[in-house]
Amino acid sequence: MAAPRKLILTVVAASLFTLVLVGATAALMLAGEPDASGVGRSAAERIVVLIVLLLLASACCCWVIVRLHDLYAASPLRMAEEVTAALAHSSLRVGDQGAAELRVLAQAVNQLLALREASENDVAERVREARASLEEERSRLAALMADLSQSVVVCNLDGRVLLYNQRARQELAAGADGGHGELLGLGRSIYTVFDRALITHALERLQQASRELGETENRQLLGSAQFVTATPAGRLLRAHMSPVLGGAGPHHAQVGGLSITGFVLVLEDVTSSNERHARRDALIQSLIEGGRGPLGSIRAAAEMLSEVADMPAQQRDRFLRVVHDEAAKLSAQFETAASAFSNDLRERWLLEEMRGAEVLIVAARRIGERRADERRALAVKTENVDEDLWLRVDGYGLFQALRYLAWRLQDEYAVREVRLSLTRSGQLAQLDLSWLGTFMNNETAMSWLQDPMSVAGDSSPLSVTDIVERCNGDIWFQRERVSHRAFFRTMLPIADAPTDLPRAVIAAAEGERPEFYDFDLFSWSAASHELDDRLLSELAFTVFDTETTGLQPTQGDEIIQIGATRIVNRRLLRHECFDQLVNPQCRLSPQSIEVHGITRELLVGQPTIDVVLPKFHAFCADTVLVGHNAAFDMRFLQLKEKQTGVRFEQPVLDTLLLSAVLHSNQTTHRLEAIAERLGVSVFGRHTALGDAIVTGEVFLKMLPLLAEMGIRTLRQAREASQKTFHARLRY
Amino acid sequence: MNKKILIADDEQNIVISIEFLLRREGFEVLVAGDGEEALAKVRGERPDLVLLDVMMPKMNGFDVCQALRADPDLAGTRILMLTAKGRDTEVSKGLGLGADGYMTKPFSTKELLAEVRKLLGM
Repeated sequence: MAAPRKLILTVVAASLFTLVLVGATAALMLAGEPDASGVGRSAAERIVVLIVLLLLASACCCWVIVRLHDLYAASPLRMAEEVTAALAHSSLRVGDQGAAELRVLAQAVNQLLALREASENDVAERVREARASLEEERSRLAALMADLSQSVVVCNLDGRVLLYNQRARQELAAGADGGHGELLGLGRSIYTVFDRALITHALERLQQASRELGETENRQLLGSAQFVTATPAGRLLRAHMSPVLGGAGPHHAQVGGLSITGFVLVLEDVTSSNERHARRDALIQSLIEGGRGPLGSIRAAAEMLSEVADMPAQQRDRFLRVVHDEAAKLSAQFETAASAFSNDLRERWLLEEMRGAEVLIVAARRIGERRADERRALAVKTENVDEDLWLRVDGYGLFQALRYLAWRLQDEYAVREVRLSLTRSGQLAQLDLSWLGTFMNNETAMSWLQDPMSVAGDSSPLSVTDIVERCNGDIWFQRERVSHRAFFRTMLPIADAPTDLPRAVIAAAEGERPEFYDFDLFSWSAASHELDDRLLSELAFTVFDTETTGLQPTQGDEIIQIGATRIVNRRLLRHECFDQLVNPQCRLSPQSIEVHGITRELLVGQPTIDVVLPKFHAFCADTVLVGHNAAFDMRFLQLKEKQTGVRFEQPVLDTLLLSAVLHSNQTTHRLEAIAERLGVSVFGRHTALGDAIVTGEVFLKMLPLLAEMGIRTLRQAREASQKTFHARLRY
Repeated sequence: MNKKILIADDEQNIVISIEFLLRREGFEVLVAGDGEEALAKVRGERPDLVLLDVMMPKMNGFDVCQALRADPDLAGTRILMLTAKGRDTEVSKGLGLGADGYMTKPFSTKELLAEVRKLLGM
């Protein structure tokens, strides 16, 4: 409505203006016309007036046009600019100015922008939520994996390790000599641990199996392949291999539209169970086969005795002696087998190793639980607890038995407080449940121990004695008249403290992924040999340092410590480190001891360099070496090539040289100085591992700075290093 | 003429019974305590049947059996293997090496006698 009225008003105003102008001109002309009296203005005068009038009119027009231009041409252009800016920053709004029409348009545009911002926020929020839940799932997965009693390793198709759990690390870490050599690590090749052919074969079996499934079922999850192999330490592992399927993978691994992008290995140590099975088989075998001979003799002799009536006494005695001898032989065989078997028999119950002190704490808690039908809980105290004792018990059953006895004491003898103690008694552990005051006679106590347990609605077909015997122990009732104390005493065999206690999960720092897995590695390619043109940011590095007896490798100085850590996908993996002292088999100079603090005593019993270097070589397989002043360390390694038979042919980067590339005007490129320059905090210097970690941090800080200089690939980094002055240093 | 039987077994307690049993049945019985002795006695005495235990010192029953079957002069000697193991694989190994029969301890003396008679064609 407003627009047509405005149009009409404008047309009317323009017409009126023209009319007034024409009218004024005409009136001027008429008024100035010289009349009869001769009064009038000359033509020149009139023209002047006319011109003035026209000038006035055009000025008026100009003013109107400028105003209109501002309203209808400049304002939309300004608005267009504002809209363009708002395209990039969704929080901006268009200004509320210009003509009324434009203001309407601006409001509409602003509404649109507001909608867009809201939806952008919404998307961002969803992304955040999705990421949070993903992160949560990852942590859950990490926790789950850490908790598994089996070892889990996930690899991509090239055999690169993408994920593993603590258990796998423990199981695969021990070397053949029981030494500590890390073989497992993110991005490392699983083939340093397992035979390549074994895994390739298992993968082929998986593909074969899925092909045979046919097209109709090809979307089903493939089964798993199994193989048994031995670790370097000689343990037997059974591996279950399941494929990881994905959309995009190499053509040769295609399976019914999906392709195998990697595999999961679940490893189980079967050394002991295999041994146990073998032992049991041998036992049964020896019983059966060992029994046949004596039985054959007895049977033949018995048949002779029973069937031949007219046997001379002497002959009869011979047969009787045969029966006697062979029966004795059989008995002895049975005894041997029985005692051998009883060890295995124990394994049938789920006996678990528990720390004695923990058994007592849990038992006390169970006994002290408030019962529904009792006003007050029974008080429990623990005393004389031997903290070092380990027991091998059926924990659940034992707690049940102790609680049954304690509660029955409360019910039937109004006992208010019981005590639990655990002490060592020779080769056995002595667990006492004792109380003061009233006590029963021996017969009652005996029946308590031998009747099925039933107290407060909680009943079991087993008796206390059953449970204790199951733990290979014995229990009895005893009293001390002098102290008015009575107790149920349980003797239990002492177990060895288990060696593979579950370790605590190492929580990742805020905003940092746990270092044990890195799914981004799935995108790694097989072409790791052409490292030169790979981006530095995607290479795996082993950052290392050595401590030595001195600075002259050619004059008999030796390595006494090697420390290394790894960088994968631009993350320093502190958990995957190599830290090994080396027995140099030569004298340590006092000056060098001052530097590294490693004394003669520390090196006693440490492996020598020909044991350590092959392990270190395996640790840095398939990675680029990084060291500070690496030439120095490399010289030591190279001098050992003949002796140890391992060659370090990996590409090497030197943070000292890279520092010179980055800051050519600085006078010093010592590690501390560089660290300070790049804002890396230094601690634990002059241990090989400490220095390696600092070097790693420094190297990580250098990567973006190098990238700014256009140094992105390994080749570029090496070429730049060579150009610097320090590259000409030779040891 | 009485048939001649060689018992080759190092287990004295079973030999006593078998020897007694076979003598009562009218056979002529020889005894060998190990594999080498068994082989020598077969060559020297030419028994009609050898009761051959598998587990023997010096030379086991399988080796004795193989040696006997390698000698064409002894083709007529029947071999009945006695064993205290009784695994299927062993039975087939014994028969494969040329034994004529196989008995697993403990066996009944009646069965043994029946098997001996069968092998001797009585």
